[in-house]
Amino acid sequence: MISDPYLGKYITCVSARSTDKEILKKAQDGGIATTLMVYALEEGIIDGTIVAGEGDRPWEPKPVVAMSREDILKAQGTKYSISPQISWLKEATRSFGLDKVGVTGVCCQMQAVRKAQLYPINMRDVPGKVALTVGLFCMENFPYKSLQTIVEDHAAQSLGSVKKMEITKGKFWVHTERGNVATVPLKATHKYEQPGCHVCLDYVSNLGDISTGSVGSPEGWSTVFIRTKKGNEVWSKAVAAGMFETKPIEDVKPGLELLTKLAKEKIDKNRKTLEERRNFGVNKALRDPYA
Amino acid sequence: MAKKIKLGHVHLSGCTGCLVSLADNNLGLIKILDDYADLVYSLTLADVRHIPEMDVALVEGSVCIQDHESVEEIKETRKKAKIVVALGSCSSYGNITRFSRGGQHNQPQHESFLPIGDLIDVDLYIPGCPPSPELIRNVAVMAYLLLEGNEDQKALAGKYLKPLMDLAKRGTTGCFCDLMNEVINQGLCMGCGTCAASCPVRAITYEFGKPQGERDLCIKCGSCYGACPRSFFNFEVMDEFEEISELIAGALK
Repeated sequence: MISDPYLGKYITCVSARSTDKEILKKAQDGGIATTLMVYALEEGIIDGTIVAGEGDRPWEPKPVVAMSREDILKAQGTKYSISPQISWLKEATRSFGLDKVGVTGVCCQMQAVRKAQLYPINMRDVPGKVALTVGLFCMENFPYKSLQTIVEDHAAQSLGSVKKMEITKGKFWVHTERGNVATVPLKATHKYEQPGCHVCLDYVSNLGDISTGSVGSPEGWSTVFIRTKKGNEVWSKAVAAGMFETKPIEDVKPGLELLTKLAKEKIDKNRKTLEERRNFGVNKALRDPYA
Repeated sequence: MAKKIKLGHVHLSGCTGCLVSLADNNLGLIKILDDYADLVYSLTLADVRHIPEMDVALVEGSVCIQDHESVEEIKETRKKAKIVVALGSCSSYGNITRFSRGGQHNQPQHESFLPIGDLIDVDLYIPGCPPSPELIRNVAVMAYLLLEGNEDQKALAGKYLKPLMDLAKRGTTGCFCDLMNEVINQGLCMGCGTCAASCPVRAITYEFGKPQGERDLCIKCGSCYGACPRSFFNFEVMDEFEEISELIAGALK
């Protein structure tokens, strides 16, 4: 077990890509989260999973309890607005009748799942029924209206025409269905970030069974942390079943160095925010959620 | 096996849902009663008439201040128990009993119900309506480790129980408003969805990615605030979730 102050505890870290052609076609990067959940569903490791599906408006995510490959695939790709995934956590075990629940989500949602398991306040049945969690790397999130502002006002694209959004190389990228590519420098998007993200002290979903994201791996591949015994078991089986191609993380560029750098940037910045909150008013502090 | 702790269930104005939750641990409860705790008081499950000395008292329900016996009973509980736990939301926050206006046959004058923390010092809250069997189980195991464990186990139990003890210090009102006042208004909400899952009456939906409480539905149980990852989040415990979950599962095998 490796324990890193910025990357959390993990058993191994690899660079990987799904071998499923259909999933790769629409994948944000290496199609890891989707492939893992589809594999877990088909193997009976989970009997359903909470994913960020399509909401009422374009690019507005909505949590969905997916119980088939098709439903999981519908939720593919990164949406930069938060989906209240955990709102279905208990209901998945009740109205949906699931005994083995999968959860995909960003860092704070992995934290939420672990808190619900260790301190199940009105979370009956949740502790024992969470069967697999796949956490995503996350720098910050945008409220839906912020996303609309960035895409429509700054990038001058209609949200309905967007095929893919991406944050990489210092820019917010908007790819449209007709092939147009617009970018907005992140300097201009920072102010639209969700304020609640600025006290988050996790970049790579330290509390997922497995966590994944693009940073650290070459284009079309994802960096994958295998963190828990359960995560390790599922990952090993999936790799043995040929679901993923993998490379040692040491052999790929830019590798863990970049990931650590970004993790440190986020966490140090947010620690500073927490510090500023302590002296926000005149002898008055804003609440510290970790105190 | 170290010596067992003395556990009691004190039943005030509650619906017995909390006790049912305790019992819903099934074989886990049998294991707790076999190895870790003797149930020395429980109106429903033990034939004991008067509140005895206890290590841990689980108090279900709020106190009707017009009912002399209830008032005496909670005071007696405080005197006789080392650790007083408010079991469930009525005991912690008043919950649904906050809405009482009296007028119930055959004691229509019984109209005012207070969470136990308004009458005595409470050490720990287990919020929930009903509290989940798993949280009751966790607290029971951790209370045992705190009182009878070795140094490491005592330290772990102390760390685990602290946020629930802090909730007891925080106050005796619970409401969706806590999410507004302490989380959303404080710029801490990230819209994860936890509060909606924890709400027993489905009063919470999402507006602009943030929780919106249906105020007429809220029963003042305080679950949403307790469950919120931005009310408390103790990394020193959460980072060990795998080991702690295994420890609890192991203790109940």
